[in-house]
Parts: sequence; structure tokens; C-alpha cells
Amino acid sequence: MATYQLNVNGQTKKVDADPSTPLLWVLREELKMTGTKYGCGISACGACTVHLNGVATRSCIVPVSLIGNQKITTIEGVGADPVGRAVQNAWVEKDVVQCGYCQSGQIMSAVALLKATTKPTDTNIEESMGGNLCRCATYVRIREAIKRAAEQLT
Amino acid sequence: MLANRRLLSPLFGLMFIVGMACLVLSTRAGSKRDSANPKLADGLAAWEQVYSVLVSPRCINCHTATNYPQQGDDRHRHFANVIRGREGRGVPALSCIGCHQEVNAESTGVPGGPDWHLAPLSMRWQDTNNRPLSSAAVCRSVTDRAKNENMDGRALLTHHQEAALVLWAWNPGRRLDGSMRTPPPLAHEQFVTATRTWVEAGTPCPRAK
Repeated sequence: MATYQLNVNGQTKKVDADPSTPLLWVLREELKMTGTKYGCGISACGACTVHLNGVATRSCIVPVSLIGNQKITTIEGVGADPVGRAVQNAWVEKDVVQCGYCQSGQIMSAVALLKATTKPTDTNIEESMGGNLCRCATYVRIREAIKRAAEQLT
Repeated sequence: MLANRRLLSPLFGLMFIVGMACLVLSTRAGSKRDSANPKLADGLAAWEQVYSVLVSPRCINCHTATNYPQQGDDRHRHFANVIRGREGRGVPALSCIGCHQEVNAESTGVPGGPDWHLAPLSMRWQDTNNRPLSSAAVCRSVTDRAKNENMDGRALLTHHQEAALVLWAWNPGRRLDGSMRTPPPLAHEQFVTATRTWVEAGTPCPRAK
């Protein structure tokens, strides 16, 4: 076990964890921040996406020992950001969610996309969101919501 | 007749001297060629060693001709719909560093190194049918300064000695099942020695077959 000071959504959180523990489980089990979901555990589905220094990152495969002082943003904190807020609003407006399990990851990826690409094309969306799987197949509404958020932000 | 002999004698003498000089010079030139040829041969042999590393999975998986990286010793397509992106670093929300950290993540089996990214398409070492390019083609590509970020032989040697992602190939970490990834066929020291021999021979490339 080791003690880590993590910067989560702008707050310093102290956790004791085995160095090999994936960030996902530190967030969910130690910090009780359950908005970030466990899907596949091998970075194949995107449900666990958080931001590390603004980079959309699969938290299920990043050991806590590699986080260091990087800024972690989770679904609980992304709404404090204008782009994050716009995406969440668009998600509600377009009624994107079906079962909802993957949507934390979808939103975190959509925010990363819109921060890099203010007016994403269909191709941009398909490429960037291609690592986020949705078993309910809400892909069409996800694309509409990303475009709606882009409109709101311009 | 006697006068002619007097005239011809110095001429024959001069011809003899010139002839001997030519013989000596041609012998010297021959020995120079003989010494150059082994160096060229050594350089070409060293290149084949370098080539064996470059087309090994740890290297060629990121020197693809495709719109995506490859992974594994069987060089299959990278999973999770990862694509190359404009600068070889993936795309927003699906970037290389979104999974690959600065070092290997041994507990989760994810390889890592500084600024994990694909080589540019100008440095592809395989064709679009997933076959490694020939030794001659890879050599031409590697030595083409218009394609290789303007590296001369000395810079190529430094690249092979020191570049972080090159070094990673000899410290590729563990797979998800805990087994070690296969390193390239030569030790890094041997790879550098072969590169040095090849560079000192003038980075010769084999002829295309």
C-alpha cells in the first residue's frame, strides 16, 4: 500500500491504495465517486473515461502509481467547465440516454472532442467517439447532441 | 642507325619508368579497392542486422502503412477502433496517450513510453497488405532525409542509441496475462553496434531485387 495525493476535480484527495490499483477503482471504491463506470476493464469500451490533464483517458488501465500530479476530471466535475456544461445540456435536450451505463464515458469523450474541435464533422465524431461503445446503440443521438453542444458553444 | 639507337634508348627508359609507375599505382588503387569492399560488405551485413530489428513487431507495429497501429507479435490491428490521426497521435478522445502512459503499466499490461505515437507514414516499413517492405526499400526510406526528419547517418545512430520509443522496444513490459512481450531479435547493444558499422560504411543500401 502507498499513500497518494490526487487532484480530483480541483480538490486534493488523499488515498491509500496498492500502486497497481487502476485509477477507476480508486475513484469508485476509495473516493466513492461512482459516476465513472466499469465496463470492460481493458480500455476497449470507454465507459471508464476520465480526463487526465484534459486528455480523455481510460481509467481502468492506468495504475494509480502513474497519476502523479496530473489533474483528474471526472463526470462529477466536468459540468463546472463551459464545454462540459454545454455537452450535459445537449445530452438532456436530445434525450440521448437509454440505459445510461456508458454515458459518463460518452460525455467525457465528447467534451474532449469539442475542446479540440469546435465544429466537428460526422467523421470527426465517428473517429473520436469510436472507442466508446453503447450497447443501446444511442450513437445517432450522441452525434446530434455533440453537434448541438457545438452550436451552443459558438 | 646508331643515331636512332641513341634517340630510342632514353625513350625506352622513359617508357619503362612510366610503365613501372603505372603498375605501382594500379596496385595501390587495387589494394584501396580491396580495403573499401570489405567495409562496404561489412556495412551491408550490418544493415541486414539493423533491418531484422526494424521489421520486428516491437518496431514495425508503429511503422505501419495503415490508418491504425498494430499490436502483438502477430501484428493484428490495434483494438478499440484506435486510428492514426493527423499527427500519428490518435484523435481527440481517442489519443495514444489516453491509454499509453510515460512508462509501462505492468499491472494492467499496457505498454508505455514518453509521447507514445505512430511513426509518420513517410517512415512506413510495410506495404498496405501488411507485408514488411524489403530490406532495400526500408534502407532507402530510412536514409532519405526528405522522409526521415532530416537525419544523417550520425543522427540515425543517435536515434537508435537514445530515442525513448526505440529504447522501449527492449523494455516492452508485460502483456495482460503477465508474460513478457517479445523483444527485437538483437540486444540493444548489438543493434547499436550494427548501426554504427553501417553508418561508418556510409549507410549503404542493398540493391533492390
